[in-house]
Amino acid sequence: MLYALCFLLFMIGLYCALVKKNMVRIVLGIVIMEYAVNILLIMIGFRIGGEAPILSPPQGLPLKTSLQSVDPLPQALVLTAIVISLGSLALMVSICIRTYQRYGTFDITQIRRLRG
Amino acid sequence: MKIPLPWFVAIPLAAAFVLPMFGEKVRKTSLAIANGTMALLFLFSIFSLGRQDVYLVGRWTIPFGINLVLDGLSELLLLTVSVVSFASMVFSIRYMQRYTGLSKYLSLFLLMVTGMNGVVLSGDLFNLFVFLEIASIASYALVGFGCEHEELEASFKYMVLGSVASMFILFGVAMLYGMTGHLNMAYVSQALQGASLRLPVVFALAMFLAGFSLKAALVPFHAWLPDAHPAAPAPISAMLSGVLIKTLGIYALVRVVFNVFGVSPEQDWSIHLSWLLITLGVLSMVIGVFLAVGQWDFKRLLAYHSISQMGYVVLGIGIGALVIAQGGSHTWAALAILGGLFHLINHAVFKSLLFLTSGSIETATGSRLLKDLGGLAEKLPLTRTTCTIASAAIAGIPPFNGFWSKLLIVLAAVWAGHVWLAAVTVLVSLVTLISFLKVQRYAFLGNTPAHLDSVKENGGSMSWAMGFLACLCVLMGLLLLIPDLKTTILDPAVNTVLNGIQYAGDTIANSR
Repeated sequence: MLYALCFLLFMIGLYCALVKKNMVRIVLGIVIMEYAVNILLIMIGFRIGGEAPILSPPQGLPLKTSLQSVDPLPQALVLTAIVISLGSLALMVSICIRTYQRYGTFDITQIRRLRG
Repeated sequence: MKIPLPWFVAIPLAAAFVLPMFGEKVRKTSLAIANGTMALLFLFSIFSLGRQDVYLVGRWTIPFGINLVLDGLSELLLLTVSVVSFASMVFSIRYMQRYTGLSKYLSLFLLMVTGMNGVVLSGDLFNLFVFLEIASIASYALVGFGCEHEELEASFKYMVLGSVASMFILFGVAMLYGMTGHLNMAYVSQALQGASLRLPVVFALAMFLAGFSLKAALVPFHAWLPDAHPAAPAPISAMLSGVLIKTLGIYALVRVVFNVFGVSPEQDWSIHLSWLLITLGVLSMVIGVFLAVGQWDFKRLLAYHSISQMGYVVLGIGIGALVIAQGGSHTWAALAILGGLFHLINHAVFKSLLFLTSGSIETATGSRLLKDLGGLAEKLPLTRTTCTIASAAIAGIPPFNGFWSKLLIVLAAVWAGHVWLAAVTVLVSLVTLISFLKVQRYAFLGNTPAHLDSVKENGGSMSWAMGFLACLCVLMGLLLLIPDLKTTILDPAVNTVLNGIQYAGDTIANSR
């Protein structure tokens, strides 16, 4: 159920990126897609009532932790994905600003010099 | 000599970080560093031919750590990337004289090469995504490098669709991790073979297909390519059309479909998948070429031909997959895949050469609209010769390289029992020929317009780069005809694809 909601969020982002006419909204749509995927990754690793995945000698048996603890790997993946999306977001926003300086508008229906 | 695999990623990355420290005054030093790096990578990729290797990053054994895998398919792509990027870099020496911000350009160029080498070597799905993003972001910036109206518009369009594609791919990676608990391709592949969850597997596969097809600009995902590729500076167009869409799109698609998911007669979705690949291939071939014929902008025409030629590659691979999925003879499957992969490297060479000649014409005349040109055959003799060779190669005229790979694809289609596919292939080839005859007619023959009287040939590094690629166009047929070359360069790549999920076992065995 939660996964379906996550996919719905992804689809909302995709809709926003492909249908909206304003450049800034398109960028926001892509950011929403990125968040949807990040939430999906976090949910995959999450266990209800789970504990921190730290093995300490007295209690921590590997078998027990692997079943009950929260999976740390997706969290590392999400960190990496956030850094990457920061890079691409910075580039996208700077292209938006440059385009606004050239054309004087954010409306992509008026930014149409390339055709055919 | 045994080259450590991380060098392919680390050397261009280090050079890309050093270069922005040089300002506008030391253009020669930064050019020398960048060209030296590319020459070094070229040598390394030749030395790495015929080697099977796995490198464990930080000595963490798989599946806990990240691994870099060098096998037949990776070697072939690594060599292609380094040949094309070496030629484009040499071409840049003279071509980039008009531009400011040279060190930033070179730095982004090397970052793109870093990303592509990483994609080709990575044996880990998430790592593949990271390198794919490095190459993509560098290419978005390079498309918008001129910062004029058209460049910014093309860059934005490319960036939106490229980011959407990346998110599809990351979604697929996340789903595979959720199902199998692994990110390493070999372990994911093994876990998938025993998997009983059918619907999520197909869903993840659909996500990957959509993402990689967007990156490879297959019809109907092609809308960004004809804008993005012409907007970049000519050497970058050569890189984008020559290798970027192949490493990020086709290579990654083939790796994931054949080596991770596995195409086999036991899995009933294999046949549907093969037909899907064939459909994408035929659509790209036909629609791409018919859109190309009507173009008057030389670079835009070439960009549409890239879509069409990528269709050939996907068609060849799709026929191979179909033969495997139907349980047919592996010899014919090998022929089809060989045709696809050989066309991939041939297209890398002749399409980058065509983009370089378009850059040469643009530098000499200041225009790339075919209607403004004319009579350049005497003014630009070298550009004319190399452009004619590359046009003959893309149209599939013997003895140039494009002929051999198209011949293989046609033969494979006939033997697989789909004569209509062979007929479409030949027809598209004919239309390609017509469209390049138009280029020859309008750019090089006819009367010289008055404003082009003082045009001179571009000497120096531009002619060296074009000459190098033109020689390759003529000689690459030998890769198929000389058995020794075929067994060292082409056959390992075909076997990697053909063996499919044996990749998992090989990788795990090699990393011990």
